[in-house]
Amino acid sequence: MRRRHFLTLSAATLGGVLVYSLDRKASILASQKKSVRIPLRFFTETEALIVAAAASRIFPSDDSGPGAREAGVAIFIDRQLAGPYGRDRFRYTQPPFEDAPREFGYQGRATPREIYREGLKGLQGFHLLAEAAQDEALRQIETTLFFALLRQNTIEGMFCDPMHGGNVDMVGWQLLGFPGPRMSNFDEIEKYYGKAFRPKPVSLADATRAKIRPSEDEQ
Amino acid sequence: MKTLPAVDAVIIGGGWAGLLMAKELSARTSLSIVVLERGPSREPSDYATDMDELDFYVRLRMMQDLSQETVTLRHDTSKRALPLRQHGAFLPGAGAGGSGEHWNAQVPRFLPDCFELLSKTTEKYGSNALPGGHAVRDWGVTYDELEPDYTRVDKLLGSSGKAGNLRGKLIDGGNIFEGWRSEEYPTPPTKVPYVSALFRDAAKSLGYHPYPAPSANISRAYTNPDGISRGGCTYCGFCNRFGCMVGAKAQPTNLLLPIIQKRKSVSLRAGAWVRRILFDSGSKPTVRGVTYVDATGEEVFQPASLLFLASWTFNNTRLLLLSGIGEPYDPASGRGTVGSNLTHQISVPSATAFFDQPLNRFMGSGSAGFMVSDFDRDDLDRASLNFIRGGYFAVRGFGFQPIANFGVLPNSVKATWGSEWKKAAVSYYDRTGSIIFTGEHLAYKSNFMDLDPIYKDKLGDPLLRLTLDWRENERDMSDFATKKAVEVARAMGAKEINPFPSLRSYDTTRYQSTHVQGGTIMGASPDHSVVNPYLQHWQLPNLFVLGGSTFPQNASANPTPTILAFVYRAADAIVDRYLKHPGPLG
Repeated sequence: MRRRHFLTLSAATLGGVLVYSLDRKASILASQKKSVRIPLRFFTETEALIVAAAASRIFPSDDSGPGAREAGVAIFIDRQLAGPYGRDRFRYTQPPFEDAPREFGYQGRATPREIYREGLKGLQGFHLLAEAAQDEALRQIETTLFFALLRQNTIEGMFCDPMHGGNVDMVGWQLLGFPGPRMSNFDEIEKYYGKAFRPKPVSLADATRAKIRPSEDEQ
Repeated sequence: MKTLPAVDAVIIGGGWAGLLMAKELSARTSLSIVVLERGPSREPSDYATDMDELDFYVRLRMMQDLSQETVTLRHDTSKRALPLRQHGAFLPGAGAGGSGEHWNAQVPRFLPDCFELLSKTTEKYGSNALPGGHAVRDWGVTYDELEPDYTRVDKLLGSSGKAGNLRGKLIDGGNIFEGWRSEEYPTPPTKVPYVSALFRDAAKSLGYHPYPAPSANISRAYTNPDGISRGGCTYCGFCNRFGCMVGAKAQPTNLLLPIIQKRKSVSLRAGAWVRRILFDSGSKPTVRGVTYVDATGEEVFQPASLLFLASWTFNNTRLLLLSGIGEPYDPASGRGTVGSNLTHQISVPSATAFFDQPLNRFMGSGSAGFMVSDFDRDDLDRASLNFIRGGYFAVRGFGFQPIANFGVLPNSVKATWGSEWKKAAVSYYDRTGSIIFTGEHLAYKSNFMDLDPIYKDKLGDPLLRLTLDWRENERDMSDFATKKAVEVARAMGAKEINPFPSLRSYDTTRYQSTHVQGGTIMGASPDHSVVNPYLQHWQLPNLFVLGGSTFPQNASANPTPTILAFVYRAADAIVDRYLKHPGPLG
C-alpha cells in the first residue's frame, strides 16, 4: 500500500475556482480558504509539484489567459496515469520490441507510468527553479518521449471535460470559445457565417444531468 | 470442446454487413440465426452520455482492443513487420454495430467504371495505361446491375443529398460526375457549415462543380421502408468516433438491431471470439460451423448450415488464413488468392488553411459539407498527368473538439510549447480548415496480407501481417491534389496555407480512414478471386464473405453504401435461389 500523498494548492495560485476532489465532488475554493489538499492517486507530492510546474511552462498562464495551473492539469495527469491509460491497458504490449522508423509509432515497452517515473527523475528540483531556468531544463528534454507525452497530456488536461480533473471550471474551453457538449446547433449553424458564436460552456454532467463514470475511475 | 445445438446460419461480426444480412434473412425466411460479435452488446441509449472527447475521441473507447489483437505491417517483403501497438491509420470498431457506430456517415457511391476498372481502362487507354505491378481486377458486376441495391441502401439510411445524374439527366447543383441514380435522395441536403460554404463558393468561382456531401446524418426526420423513424441532425459535432446522441446518424444499432431484437429467430452473442471455421473437404466441400471462445472464456463449437463472414477486412482475411480455407496469396509466384489486393483509400489534408475570421467549427457533423468531384474521373488530360484515376475534394464541418484540434498552426509558427505557442494556438484554434482529398488506391501485386510468423494474439494465434506501401501513382495523385487544393484555399480567402507534404512511406500513425479493403476479393473467376459476385465462396458454397474485404481495389468514394448494396444483392440470391437449391450461384 502506498503512503497517501496530497497535492496542496493554495487559494492564491488558483483564484476562486472549482476543484474536483477524488469522489468528483466539486468544491469552490474561495479566497478565505488558504489551501486545499487534493489526494493523489499516482504521483508523490514532489512529483505532482514538478509536473504542475512543467505543465505550466508548456501551457503558461499569461496575458492571453489561464493555463495549466488554473486548469488543474497535474491532477488530470495523476488520474490518467493511475487508470487504464497509465498502465497501457489497451496497447499491444507483446514482445519482441524492436526499434522502428517513426511511421510505426511508439514501439517501446515502457508504459506511460514508467515513462513519467523515469522522466521525472531527470527533473529533480524543477519546481523550485526560476521560470527561465525551468524553460532551459525543458529545452534539454524537448525531443524525449517523456516530454512529448507531458505536452500531449497537458493539452488533454487543458481541454478535457471537467469530470476528468482538468479544465477546471471550464477555463480551457472558455479560452477557446468551445461550448462543450452542446446538444443542438441547428438554429445557429448557418446563422453565424463569419461571426463568432460563443455560447456559455456546459460540462457533460450539466448537459446530460447524468452520472458518468470516466474511464480512469475503474470499477 | 462443447458442441452447441446446431443453427441454420451463423454470422461472424455484428457490424453493418452482418446485421443487415441478419435483418434481411430474418424478415424473409424462418432460418435460425446466431450473430457472433466479439465486442460488447450495445443499445442506442448508450450514446446519451458519450459526448466526452477524452474517452471517446482520444482514448478511442469504441475501437478494437489492441491489447488482445492487432496487425503487423511492413512496407515490402524485404523488411521485418512490426505490430501496430496503438491505433493510427485506421480505426476498426468493436461491439454491436462495429465501425458503423462511430463512423462519419459519408455515403457517396462508387463510380460506374470502378466495377470494370481493368477492362474499361484497357479498352480506352491500352494495356500499358495501368502502372506496372498492378493487380487491378473487374468485380464481375456492373454499376447498372448494382444501382437498384444502392437505391435500397439510400432508403435504408435515409441519405441526404442532391442527385447530379437522374437516369442520365445531369442536374446542376448535384454531382454531375457520378453514376446515374434511379431516384432522388430520400432527404434533402444537410445544412452547410461556414467553412464548407467558403469552399463551395471558392470552388464555383474556379469553375468547378461543388455539390452537397451525401450524408447519413440526415437533414430532417425520416421513416425508412422498415418503419424505423429518426429525427434530423442537430449539428452537435459529436459524430466521428462517437455514437449519435440523438439517433440522426444511421447506425446498425438504430436501423437494424431494433428489428433483429424483435425476432425470436435471431440471437446476438456478445463477447464471442471466433477462432476457426471448420469445414469438410472431399467431393462436396462444406463449412460445418465455427469454434469460438465465449464471454465466459470457454471454447465451444457452433455447428451451422450457412456461414457469413462479416468481421471487417482484417478478420475476414485472417479467419480464412487461420482456418486453412483457400490458397494463401504468394506475391512471388502470383499463386493463391487469400490475402491479395490489399488497398487503403488515399485520404490526405491536401491544404490546411488559416483564416482571419472565426469559423465556429464546433458546429457541424461528420458529413455536412461540400464536395468537388471534377478530378474524380478517368478523362482528365492524360497527356499532362503522370497518374491515372483520381479522387474528390471535400470540406466538411466536422465538429471541432479542442484536444484533437488544438495546436494546428501555420508552418510559419515555429514554437511547439510555451507562451508564444499557446498564444498562436489559441488564436488559430477556430480559424483553421482543411481541404481533404480522397483518392483511389489501385491494387498492386506487392500489397497483400498473410499471417505473421512472430507476433500472436491473446490466444496465441498469429496476427495478420500487412505488406503495404504507396507507389508512384498515389504519390503523384496526392501531389496533384495538393496543387489544386492550395488554389482553392487561396480562393477561399485563406491568409496562410500549409500544403500537404508528399506521400512517402505508408505511415501507420496518421489517421486516413477506416477504408482498408481486399484480402478476400470478388471476381468472375476463381483463378483470381475468393468469392463470386454474390459474395459466395468459390469452393465452399455455404460460406459467404461480406464487407470491404471483397473489393478488388479501393475507389475514391467511402465504402459503406457499396458494402451494404452487395449485402442486399447477396441476400436476394440466397433467399431467391440458394435456399431452394443449395450450391454454387452461377
